[in-house]
Amino acid sequence: MTQLALVIDLNVCVGCHACVTSCKEWNTSGPAGFMTDENPYAKDPTGTFFNRVQTYEIGEFPNTETLHFPKSCLHCEDPPCVPVCPTGASYKRKEDGIVLVDYDKCIGCRYCSWACPYGVREIDEQQQVMKKCTLCVDRLYDETLPESERKPACVLACPTSARLYGDVHDPESEVSVAIREEGGYPLMPEWGTMPSNHYLPRRKTRMHIHEDELQRADNPLNKEQRGPSAPVKTPTLDDSTSW
Amino acid sequence: MNPAFSVIFLTTLIGVGQGMFLALFTGQSYSAVELLPTQDSAHFYGTGAMLALLFLVGGLVASFFHLGRPERAWRAATQWRTSWLSREVIVLPIMMGLVFFYSLMHWFEWDTVLFTTKAGARLQLTLIIGTLGMLTTFALFICTGMIYACLKFLQEWHSPLTVINYILLGTASGFTLATAFANISAPELMRFYAIWSMIIIAAGFITRSASLVRNSRIKAKSTIQTAIGVRHTKIQQKAMGFMGGSVNTRDFFHHATATFLKTMKWSFLLLAFVVPFILLWVGMDKHNSGILIAAFVVQYIGLLAERWFFFAQANHPQNLYYQTI
Repeated sequence: MTQLALVIDLNVCVGCHACVTSCKEWNTSGPAGFMTDENPYAKDPTGTFFNRVQTYEIGEFPNTETLHFPKSCLHCEDPPCVPVCPTGASYKRKEDGIVLVDYDKCIGCRYCSWACPYGVREIDEQQQVMKKCTLCVDRLYDETLPESERKPACVLACPTSARLYGDVHDPESEVSVAIREEGGYPLMPEWGTMPSNHYLPRRKTRMHIHEDELQRADNPLNKEQRGPSAPVKTPTLDDSTSW
Repeated sequence: MNPAFSVIFLTTLIGVGQGMFLALFTGQSYSAVELLPTQDSAHFYGTGAMLALLFLVGGLVASFFHLGRPERAWRAATQWRTSWLSREVIVLPIMMGLVFFYSLMHWFEWDTVLFTTKAGARLQLTLIIGTLGMLTTFALFICTGMIYACLKFLQEWHSPLTVINYILLGTASGFTLATAFANISAPELMRFYAIWSMIIIAAGFITRSASLVRNSRIKAKSTIQTAIGVRHTKIQQKAMGFMGGSVNTRDFFHHATATFLKTMKWSFLLLAFVVPFILLWVGMDKHNSGILIAAFVVQYIGLLAERWFFFAQANHPQNLYYQTI
């Protein structure tokens, strides 16, 4: 079974929002229709987004660290939003595990957004249907695109390669290896939703240098080097041959 | 959660309708075994069931205001295997149909006595329809309650008390309406209904208070640490990714002050339970329709406040991601 998902490396995300804008650009011009923006240039702008980058401050001044945290649908393996849908508009694809909304069936009751603990479903205030990340399903299988571009728009846009995309059920895929070897973790594991998207933690590269590594006790030069000769007391050739 | 008025009216109005129908059916069952005097079919049961139906229709109309795409509402009946909302969508019209036929059969007195026991109990056709109606009424209460109780991460709702409260509060308001209605059209049943309403109000007061106590002691399973997966005691959100607000900031938080929340809690405890209980008692003693109708109106307003508080108190874990601009 395939489960397509994203792995987001918090260690390299710089919070530039390129994934947000590329996501909006691709999906608002897609075949599923535009993503509403209300008052985009006026007071209280608001709109539908599939992806958000949030920023957290960890610790207390002066020992703080900034964490940029991109958040989109996690395509849970046991998605709580799907069984509550009264119309069947919300569904999880068997073939690749992507959780999708059929915009033609959705009645806009918002019940699925209540059932998602991550807050990744946003109702489109104009079209009154529930919207969410599709993992750019309209790119993944599009054979008119070169193979290297059959990936979600956010993955292609990320300038620091913080977003990896692949099949998390394939143990040898790039994403599975990253989760396994870099300590990938799911969000809110306490609810048993088994999110497919994983996050790689912040990883510090620290050098551990001990003092005796700066002054090497076993420096071979200390043994082999001949010390400077003592000052000469007896007359030298220079003293007798002064011309 | 941000309380949606469509859902507040839906749940309270159908609660009254369901309770009223249960009250009528209880009365008829008692009189079938001659524990209560028999009433005129058309005037008491026929009109009463129509009144119940009116509230149910009101609730159904209110529910449409909650939908973004009401023209597709029929689709909501398809996922009854998994969705309690879908089950409610199916059970509500069935119940309304049964109440309609119950009313119609009483109205036109299509009420054949199917058989009479030796002791004198009569099994009427309307009792069979009524039994089916009673079963679907309880099924509807369970569906409505389970819509909220099944969401496990809304910990304030995820409890059997949610379903019990929907059953008791709805039934209580229906019985109060039945008391006022009986005082006008069947005065000899008024005491019966008044006493039952007071019993159900008292029971509802106990279970609703129990859920308040339970909710005040809840320890949230999700924290900001599990939400972003960072193990540190001091984490502050500095940006939520936008500055103008979104559905996430509008739909999931009530935006009211703690004082307002507290006021709502005490007002619903007074208006939905204490005041109607006293008014029912006084109205029962004085046989005064005005007081009994006031009891129902006060109780309904109290239940609106109760439902508002029920939504506002539920703390959605997604709010962990939306704490600041």
